[in-house]
Amino acid sequence: MDHEPQQPPMIPAVLRAELMAAVGPGNVKVAAEELHVYECDGLTIDTAVPGAVVFVHSTEQVVKVVKACAAAQQPFVARGAGTGLSGGAVALNNAVVIELARMNRILELDLENRVALVEPGVVNLRLSEACRSEGLHYAPDPSSQGSCTIGGNVAENSGGPHTLKLGVTVNHVLGLEVVLPDGRVVNLGGPLPGLPGYDLTGLFVGSEGTFGIATKVWVKLTPNPEAVKTLLAVFPSIDAASRAVSAIIARGIVPAALELIDQQVIRAVEEWLHLGFPTEAGAVLLIELDGLRDGLDLLAGRVMDACRSSDCLDVRAAKDDAERLLLWKARKQAFGAVGRLSPSYYVQDGVIPRSKLPEVLAKIQAAGRKHGLTTANVFHAGDGNLHPLILFDERKPEEVERALKCNDEVLAAVVEAGGMLSGEHGIGMEKLKFMPQVFSEDDLEGMRRVREAFDPNYLANPGKAIPARRCWEVKGHKPPEAEAAALPPMRKA
Amino acid sequence: MSEQAVLQGETGAAAPPRFEFPAETSELLRSCVHCGLCLGACPTYRENGDENDSPRGRLYLMKGLAYGKIEPAPAVQRHLDLCLDCRACETACPSGVHYGRILETTREYLNEAAPPPWHVKLLRKFVFEQLFARPVLLSTLTTLMRFQQTSGLRRFLHSVGVMKLLPPRLRLMEAMQPPLEEAPFRSNAPAVFPADGDAPRMKVALFSGCVMDLMLGEIHRATVKVLQAYGIEVHTVHAQHCCGALMFHAGEANTGRMLAKRNIEAFGGLGVDWIVNNSAGCGAVLKEYGEWLPGDERAHAFAKKNKDVSEILAGLEPVRPYKRISATVCYDAPCHLLHAQKISAQPVELIKRIPGVAWIELPDANFCCGAAGVYNLTQPAMSRAVLRRKVEAIRSTGAEIVLTGNPGCLLQIRQGCKEAGLSCEVLHPMELLARAL
Ligand SMILES: Cc1cc2nc3c(=O)[nH]c(=O)nc-3n(C[C@H](O)[C@H](O)[C@H](O)COP(=O)(O)OP(=O)(O)OC[C@H]3O[C@@H](n4cnc5c(N)ncnc54)[C@H](O)[C@@H]3O)c2cc1C
Ligand code: SF4
Ligand code: SF4
Repeated sequence: MDHEPQQPPMIPAVLRAELMAAVGPGNVKVAAEELHVYECDGLTIDTAVPGAVVFVHSTEQVVKVVKACAAAQQPFVARGAGTGLSGGAVALNNAVVIELARMNRILELDLENRVALVEPGVVNLRLSEACRSEGLHYAPDPSSQGSCTIGGNVAENSGGPHTLKLGVTVNHVLGLEVVLPDGRVVNLGGPLPGLPGYDLTGLFVGSEGTFGIATKVWVKLTPNPEAVKTLLAVFPSIDAASRAVSAIIARGIVPAALELIDQQVIRAVEEWLHLGFPTEAGAVLLIELDGLRDGLDLLAGRVMDACRSSDCLDVRAAKDDAERLLLWKARKQAFGAVGRLSPSYYVQDGVIPRSKLPEVLAKIQAAGRKHGLTTANVFHAGDGNLHPLILFDERKPEEVERALKCNDEVLAAVVEAGGMLSGEHGIGMEKLKFMPQVFSEDDLEGMRRVREAFDPNYLANPGKAIPARRCWEVKGHKPPEAEAAALPPMRKA
Repeated sequence: MSEQAVLQGETGAAAPPRFEFPAETSELLRSCVHCGLCLGACPTYRENGDENDSPRGRLYLMKGLAYGKIEPAPAVQRHLDLCLDCRACETACPSGVHYGRILETTREYLNEAAPPPWHVKLLRKFVFEQLFARPVLLSTLTTLMRFQQTSGLRRFLHSVGVMKLLPPRLRLMEAMQPPLEEAPFRSNAPAVFPADGDAPRMKVALFSGCVMDLMLGEIHRATVKVLQAYGIEVHTVHAQHCCGALMFHAGEANTGRMLAKRNIEAFGGLGVDWIVNNSAGCGAVLKEYGEWLPGDERAHAFAKKNKDVSEILAGLEPVRPYKRISATVCYDAPCHLLHAQKISAQPVELIKRIPGVAWIELPDANFCCGAAGVYNLTQPAMSRAVLRRKVEAIRSTGAEIVLTGNPGCLLQIRQGCKEAGLSCEVLHPMELLARAL
């Protein structure tokens, strides 16, 4: 048989049989060599091989799989495209991976009311493509949008360059169908905004797979702007570019997007696309303005003034759509292009007050220098959402060690500046240990209680998002003696 | 060579031979940073959503082999075999991962580290080392097929239902045969086709290949006609061989190298400006001869001399005007033109020049059609799934003519459209240009 494992099964045989009965044997993977690629997501530092990978095709199948896991006290992890950058989809403690990539149908496209109902495995960009001819798009545009799924976006509350003006995922999700960790199906919100009762949709968005599995998502569709103008401004230093960011915002302008790319990343991108970026420049800003055609040129003029007042070397507008798209390709795929500089990178994700940009960026560079590593930056400057990249070689354990230390210092700099640990990539398992630095024990306890309302037994993606109090919360096995102490399970949503 | 048999034990008994993962491949693998930006471009991942069948996953599997984390188990082989080698992931990858080269050298390694069963090996040996490497055998086979088609044997076999008894793969192969009323190209071609107009603006030699030369001679004749009309003199090279693409893709690189050397020899000293081909799959490999024969100066020089016919024509004007062709036309980019050779604009520009042509953009034209060399025979289920999407995209355009510049894609798409009841014509761009000139 194709699906016989080479090694002893990592999940109980009974559970394996139930999973196979739920989705068909061809949709359950248990062989070690096939589970290997599921040991990590977009971040390769944290790895754990799952107990099994189950491909689901419908809500009914998700229910069956979740119920089987619950009965066996087996932890499970939802997975979309595995592009997450905080180890969110890593299956700790042999968890069963519930792979949603095949639930990728757009169920309803209500163009008149500008809403869509989609399955969680729909790839972000495919949704925008599906309504492009109608002049609409799905606004949150993570740089990974050609690969990542709406389900993953919901779980991470993902942002993107254009969420500066339009808001992140939570502002665009109206309702959800969720399979709770005990197998019950609940509907949170719906196609209409502002339903009465608690905003549980808002609560679920950003829950990193720890509240259950989203199986349907109602999203808002956004009209394409009448006109768009994209500017590229070149600066001698990161410092000058950061000052320009503040100058633009200070003039009361909210650009559609405002992205900073530093010298390292400029070089990587230039080697790939040959755009004619000045590789000697300290940084460039990619600034997009959109809205009504009238007045856009005026606005662009004011932005250019702000840049010039901050020592910019050159600022120009993309001459046509083709150039505009190319500039965006350069920005959106910049992480990947960094592969030209180094075999591995560690991306961080912190939000700081914009005014602290120069100070924190200098600290990041210093941390890299101290540990003998190169750092690079490409990020959403408009909302102060940093993405420092630490470059290293994963085959040299000692270098990995240094990268981890450097990373700790980078995060410390973010926290010191009054910043937050995650703008959009989530806490996952990767930033867990920093949570107590930014939240009090009471804050964390509050979060745990919310989590336990959804998942009292810690079966849904245990060991992620909030630090555990007790070791069973990580393992997803609740011992009987803990039962008395637990909060009563949630009744009906 | 990369393999290294390691003898172990006091008794001198041979331990199972271990093969070392090629160092070059291991090095190339380092450029993948696991970002996943290639996932959306991969046809097999789009079909089944299995990370093992995505570019990132396959690279991770190969990394696993390279770093000794996993064994070359059958499941690993299956996932690598299911790869179309379409190289869409290379176009998508910002990090510049040389996926095709990594896959092909890993396949070469796997053929030795985990050899296929003996009957598969024997068949491959025959097909790769004998059939394609020996023009006489291939042309005999084609003659037999031609006889089967034209003698009424085929109609007879079909009418008595014998074809239904064949295994599905053979049936598909049988159905996909191009009609062989066409005469082969080389055996009927003069040494030189003169350019139209006054003095030729350049001289080229035509790479006409193996199967295509024998079965799709019409496309070559159309190509020659177009080149002539553009004022180009075309030389026939009778001593040429199969380009070796199938062998390189299957990890049978040694046979491929042998063919490469023969072609380098055959095209040497002709005094032409370029070697022109009209088959994306062949063209991609011809341009890679230098990589397969590192250190061989002639191979590098040869590789640089090869061009796709659309590259040659793109900047030029024909010496006589185009005739009008009123038709709706769409174009499907062959993977080995678009992703392997990075040629996207030239064919489109050429087609749009024909007066009367109404151009329609084909959705997802950058996705594979599932032909992929002999993939449609080795992986029929995935090939059909990928083809189905292609045919549906073609249907959505309503185009009367579908163009694609690779013989395998042409036959595959033609078959798919026929089965789906579409009435469009499926042609090589050169055939349409030839009609207009
Ligand atoms: C090159 C690159 C660029 C990126 N750019 C951005 C960016 O600009 N902005 C940004 O915000 N992020 C960015 N990311 C991070 C990542 O793409 C996002 O977090 C994305 O939303 C993850 O989607 P996914 O489908 O890959 O989810 P996965 O990685 O598969 O999963 C992420 C988390 O979501 C959970 N999950 C997945 N599906 C469901 C579901 N249906 N129900 C419940 N939980 C679920 C998983 O358990 C996991 O915890 C980038 C990543 C890369 C590699
Ligand atoms: S092949 Fe390229 S795009 Fe794909 S994961 Fe690797 S680096 Fe990223
Ligand atoms: S070559 Fe094609 S099929 Fe193979 S991994 Fe790349 S995109 Fe997928």
